[in-house]
Amino acid sequence: MKITLLDYGAGNVPSVERALQRLGAESQRAITPECIANADALVLPGVGHFETLMRALDERGLRAPLLDALGRGVPFLGICLGLHALYLASDEAPDLAGLQLLLGRVRSLPSSVKLPHMGWNRLLVKRQSRLLTGVEAGAYFYFAHTYAAIDDCPETVATCSYGADFIAVLEKENICAVQFHPEKSGAAGAQVLRNFLGLCA
Amino acid sequence: MTLARRIIPCLDVDGARVVKGVNFVGLRDAGDPAQLAARYNSEGADELVALDIAASRDHRPTFLATIRRVAAELAIPLTAGGGIRSAQDARSVLRAGADKITLNTAAVARPALISETSLEFGAQAVVLAIDAKRIGDQWMVMVRGGREPANRDAIAWAKEAVALGAGEILVTSMDRDGTKSGFDTALTAAISSAVSVPVIASGGAKLPAHFADVFTAGLADAALAASIFHDDVQSIRDLKEFLSAHGIPVRLPC
Repeated sequence: MKITLLDYGAGNVPSVERALQRLGAESQRAITPECIANADALVLPGVGHFETLMRALDERGLRAPLLDALGRGVPFLGICLGLHALYLASDEAPDLAGLQLLLGRVRSLPSSVKLPHMGWNRLLVKRQSRLLTGVEAGAYFYFAHTYAAIDDCPETVATCSYGADFIAVLEKENICAVQFHPEKSGAAGAQVLRNFLGLCA
Repeated sequence: MTLARRIIPCLDVDGARVVKGVNFVGLRDAGDPAQLAARYNSEGADELVALDIAASRDHRPTFLATIRRVAAELAIPLTAGGGIRSAQDARSVLRAGADKITLNTAAVARPALISETSLEFGAQAVVLAIDAKRIGDQWMVMVRGGREPANRDAIAWAKEAVALGAGEILVTSMDRDGTKSGFDTALTAAISSAVSVPVIASGGAKLPAHFADVFTAGLADAALAASIFHDDVQSIRDLKEFLSAHGIPVRLPC
């Protein structure tokens, strides 16, 4: 089993690669539709701007093969912007369509708090999940974002609170996504990645 | 749920080695960057900063190699900077494994560098570093490793940088740096109150109480120090336990 990392050029790909390596997983970077079509498992690591990500997916012709792979049940992990990409759209770039796999849109956290939401925060776990299995209660995860999925949805596994409650972890069949950076979240983050690798096996 | 206050060790890197000095001069060797990074990662550091203090074109490949070695040891975020003059410089530092870049002198000379890097990599990846010195009744910006005045007010510059897209401000007190007499909480509080982004305080830390002060009176979101961690004067674990006992939210490593 090889993990395919969508490398659209602006992501935190090297960090995710190293985190997977530390867990003994093999990974490869993908930038072509063919690589995605043949992937056994996909990770969409994301930092930066929603527009950069969605434009890169469209310009490289990756949207259709990605949707096709997700429809076929290929295990998927979206990180940060990779979570945002699953929604209809994001207020960060209102004119661009997301992957539209989840209802609702991504919105800015309120300006009553310092933004970006930058640093280590804890989760409020709403239900049992595969991703958070074995993660210690009260564990901290590293967040670095301004936009978030603020509306609750049935896929919510855990929320975090910073100015507003937002979705920190979600699971919908083969689709998993986290708002924090598991590759930068020490032992707790490594456990989340290990759980994802377990789903891919 | 509260966002934890961050403790950030800083590696001042000259080529392939960590160095340290007082008031930015009198440098001496303080160890191997990758070894120190591994230690801080396991001791509960929340982030690591690596600064290329030579920041010359000739040293670039060595510094990038150091970033790669440091990043390989970390499961926490890495910020790297020193000598970043273009989006291309920023890109190579990020591709070497850093999560964020710091901009300093080059951003003062050409503020558009902040918006260019923020647009390409996101505001969360762009940290504006300000070296500030008290002159009269103002804090003034210093550049070129703190050697030259930039004739700019530090608070006004922080606000301008945030408007251009900086996602964090790292403010170093040139008056306190290396003195071990405590952070300049007045400076940090003034910057923190003026901007809408997180502020990292730097310069002058020695005692746990200095950190408690900068998180309370200084309104800092994170605190950075170098030599006290390198020399084991202060363990990160003990520091965090002290802060937690004083009601400051920190991530206690298990």
